[in-house]
Amino acid sequence: MTMNRRTLLKSASAASLVLAAPGIVGRARANDTIKLAAILDQSGGLDLLGRPMLAATKMAVDEINAAGGLNGAEVELISYDPQTTIQFYTQFATQAAAGDRADVVHAGITSASREAIRPLLNRYQSLYFYNTLYEGGVCDMNNFCTGSTPAQTVEKLVPFAMERFGKKVYVVAADYNYGQITAQWVKKYVEDNGGETVDIEFFPLDVSNFGPSIQKIQAAKPDFVMSALVGAAHISFYRQYASAGLTTEIPLASTTFALGGEHLLVSPEAAEGMLLAYGYFEEIDTPANAEFVEKLRASSSEEIPYIGETTARSYEGVMLWAEAVKKAGTKDRMAVIDALRSPVSFDGPSGTMTIEPKTNHALQNVYIGEIKNQKIEIIEEFEAQPPADTLLVCDLDENPNQSTFYFENGLAAAGIE
Amino acid sequence: MNRWPDKGRLVAVGLIGLVFMFGAPQVLQLFTVINLTTAIALAVLALSLGLVWGFGGILCFGQTTFFGLGAYAYAVAAQNFGDTTGAVIVAILVAAAAAAILGYFMFWGRISDVYLGVITLTVTLILFNLIRRTSGPEYKIGTALLGGFNGTSAPPLQVPWSGAMLFPTQMFYVAMGALLIAYFGCIWLTRTHFGRVCVAIRENETRAELIGYDTRLYKLGLFSIGGGLAGLAGILMANGIGRVTPDLFGLPYAAQAIIWVIVGGRGTLIGPVLGAFGIFYLTSWLGTQQTVNANMVLGLVLIGFVLLLPKGVVPWVMERVARPRRSAKAGRARVRAGRRAMQPAE
Amino acid sequence: MDYAAVIVLQVAYGIANLALIGLGLAIIFGMMRVINLAHGEFLMLGGYTVVVATNNGVNLWFAMLILAPVVVGLIGVVVERVLIRFLYGRMVDTLLATWGLSLFLIGLVTTIFGPTTTTTVSPPVGALKIGDFFTSGYELFLIAVTLALFALVYAVLKFTKLGLLARGTMQRADMAAALGVSTSTIYMITFGLGAAVAGLAGALLAPITGVVPTIGAAYIAKAFITVISGGAAILAGTASAAALLGFINQAITFITGPTVGEVALLVAAIVLLRLLPTGITGRFFRRGL
Repeated sequence: MTMNRRTLLKSASAASLVLAAPGIVGRARANDTIKLAAILDQSGGLDLLGRPMLAATKMAVDEINAAGGLNGAEVELISYDPQTTIQFYTQFATQAAAGDRADVVHAGITSASREAIRPLLNRYQSLYFYNTLYEGGVCDMNNFCTGSTPAQTVEKLVPFAMERFGKKVYVVAADYNYGQITAQWVKKYVEDNGGETVDIEFFPLDVSNFGPSIQKIQAAKPDFVMSALVGAAHISFYRQYASAGLTTEIPLASTTFALGGEHLLVSPEAAEGMLLAYGYFEEIDTPANAEFVEKLRASSSEEIPYIGETTARSYEGVMLWAEAVKKAGTKDRMAVIDALRSPVSFDGPSGTMTIEPKTNHALQNVYIGEIKNQKIEIIEEFEAQPPADTLLVCDLDENPNQSTFYFENGLAAAGIE
Repeated sequence: MNRWPDKGRLVAVGLIGLVFMFGAPQVLQLFTVINLTTAIALAVLALSLGLVWGFGGILCFGQTTFFGLGAYAYAVAAQNFGDTTGAVIVAILVAAAAAAILGYFMFWGRISDVYLGVITLTVTLILFNLIRRTSGPEYKIGTALLGGFNGTSAPPLQVPWSGAMLFPTQMFYVAMGALLIAYFGCIWLTRTHFGRVCVAIRENETRAELIGYDTRLYKLGLFSIGGGLAGLAGILMANGIGRVTPDLFGLPYAAQAIIWVIVGGRGTLIGPVLGAFGIFYLTSWLGTQQTVNANMVLGLVLIGFVLLLPKGVVPWVMERVARPRRSAKAGRARVRAGRRAMQPAE
Repeated sequence: MDYAAVIVLQVAYGIANLALIGLGLAIIFGMMRVINLAHGEFLMLGGYTVVVATNNGVNLWFAMLILAPVVVGLIGVVVERVLIRFLYGRMVDTLLATWGLSLFLIGLVTTIFGPTTTTTVSPPVGALKIGDFFTSGYELFLIAVTLALFALVYAVLKFTKLGLLARGTMQRADMAAALGVSTSTIYMITFGLGAAVAGLAGALLAPITGVVPTIGAAYIAKAFITVISGGAAILAGTASAAALLGFINQAITFITGPTVGEVALLVAAIVLLRLLPTGITGRFFRRGL
């Protein structure tokens, strides 16, 4: 009895949506506009990523409307600023879904914010797009995650860097879910490729003095340092690393650096030669990307120092959704979800993106880049990479009624310790 | 002596509260009602600080310590018990006990004033840091994983002993009911012998001590009650958001709590509550527009209040509305009246 | 052996870092009993001064050592005139007003410069090799500057007329006023001086921590705790608290990791205040400055 109730409680929010849904969601949508809500931080610490993401979202909506809208209906963008606060995420998600009755919500930067609003958007039946790279593991019929995951980026970067620098790896990572899980993937891939992880060190997000660690790194003498550091305070690591003259001694590789243009925030020497892996770089040399970059810079009211994956993906996320609405011929949520999973593709600035229906993630190109004089030179490209990590745990074809985040507390669910 | 000279006003406040409680869900849209639940949770937090700071003179900068502990204790206990009634009790007790321990440490150490503020702030920052680093699978209490930065899910409240979960509107009734009970509970408390001794200590600790009161005990009692109340606020917050995250311990909430009390009015209980609602709506509104930076407006509001209305809105209004005879309701007011008599120029 | 030397250097830097970020706050708190929660933003403004100045071709050393303290000092004087002077003697209110100021400055700088800066400054001093280990020469430079700054503030307070008047005002403002000292002017200068020191610290740290509008948040809690733990004496208090807390923080960070290091710093501060409720200089070095 208790067991039953406990299990019920664990998926509490999921359960209550079933209870609450009929009473709440009696939506009669007679009007013609299609509502797209964006909840992206425009102030507080995360505005660094959130502001260009909103600019790209706006541009996508403008383009769709300029081309005549979707199925003849105009797309209306409703934007909220959650001010880097979880409380506002839930508040605005509730407002967007239950109040504005948004047809789709593009929202969230951190996993914490996604996990706060995912159950709500399920409950109020608003389709949810999460366009940030993250640790993988979300398995939710209502939630499409278009960002890259470690199996797409870390898996490519680790062997490449080991090939180039050597087999002894030192890992520095942000002390939260994303950093911890990324560090575990790094360790796994290092071992898979016959290397050794000498040490993993985690840093709270507000630490800005890395002196002791820099000495520890030197004492451990690794062949290279793999960084999954996140946020404004952590940029200090690269400055201090460079000011100790280590950038040329022990090279760096990262799947988090340069996302918000960090390589422009440190001196050219500090980032020189660093290896990166993302699903998108501003420097991708295709006509589609050149056009995207130019248009985004022209349409944005403020300067965007660097267009990283999250920014491009915010654009592509809206476009993927738009493709699905066109394909479905309606804005009805279930029809759009079916269309997305049919699957839809979009040829965008990062290349061809296709929804992967087992996980509601995306098959996407992955690029390895090297920083050379504050520019990123793309040195390798992998086409249509699957979200292999999430695929280990998630199969929505088999079991469509799930709303789980499998990697909430590590990779145990994927059988990796 | 009549302890309830303002009976009429209190009844009015109660009636307005009840009308709001039962009227709001009928009139307002569902999402507003849901979001109001969060605002109510913050109002209870404001009330708890209004009590310990306004009536005990304990400048607690880290009231969020108990707020966050209450929220986490509730989430962890509810996940473990499978029942939320017990979890509510556990959460309030945990928060009150934490306040008692911290209070013992401070009051018996004779720490007061701004040093007390720093210690309480430091404690909440320590918890913030500690909870944030619990993201691995090894950090679990019973069956509940703490989840580090991402936090953990907070199961919604149930009807006691039946296991049926509350709907969002019912959650609103519960929260509003809790706020009303907490508010009148605090009013009652401040009018008891205990409450008036606390006010005496706030006014002059040495004098209260010389009269023969063990001021440490009284402060400890008040602080623990305030802690329990903040724990209750944490429970409501966990229900409002559906998730508990280390944010609840962070500097922004800690500082906002101070702002609510300042804006609403120190030394009153209705002031902090109204302050919390007001600032809640201001920040929410700031989040829906893109023209002005939210921080800039909040900063100006705070500066403006300190410079122009340092006593807060409620006392300012009262001084203009209430007749002097009525304002002599508590010891503090009498003291002020005494001062006024000595300084006719004021 | 060389590893030990490097560790000692790191500990020394940890101490200097705390002392440097705390000093401006200590001057304002120690002299005026005003807790300036916008202290972190003064540091941030110092950093921005350097970035803007060097972008416009100003020499980095000049921007860091002269321009930043002057600019932020002037901002401090303005803040004192329009805000702080109405609030003397109301410690809690100053705390709230300066917190409002802090939010306002973050918002203002974000509005003007955006959430990030596109160009930055690099440390003007190269790396240093000790045995097998590289260490930052700039950190060594910062240790030296911190020592020099403490010496300078000591000299000003001890040997100049202004210092004498300031110390007098600090001890008995009413008596100083009765003797014809314009305490209002002294307060204004003191606040400006505290802001200038904060601006200098922010400018010096800009090359290794970077400049964003929210950087102040990283400094304020630590500066606050250092100064309160130190107690009323400006220099002795800040130096002793920085030495104790910085040592604990860096040592624990070396042994375990940065998270525990941070927590250890905070726990040490609490225990310290429990034992010495008025800070280190409430008990020791009471006659120090």
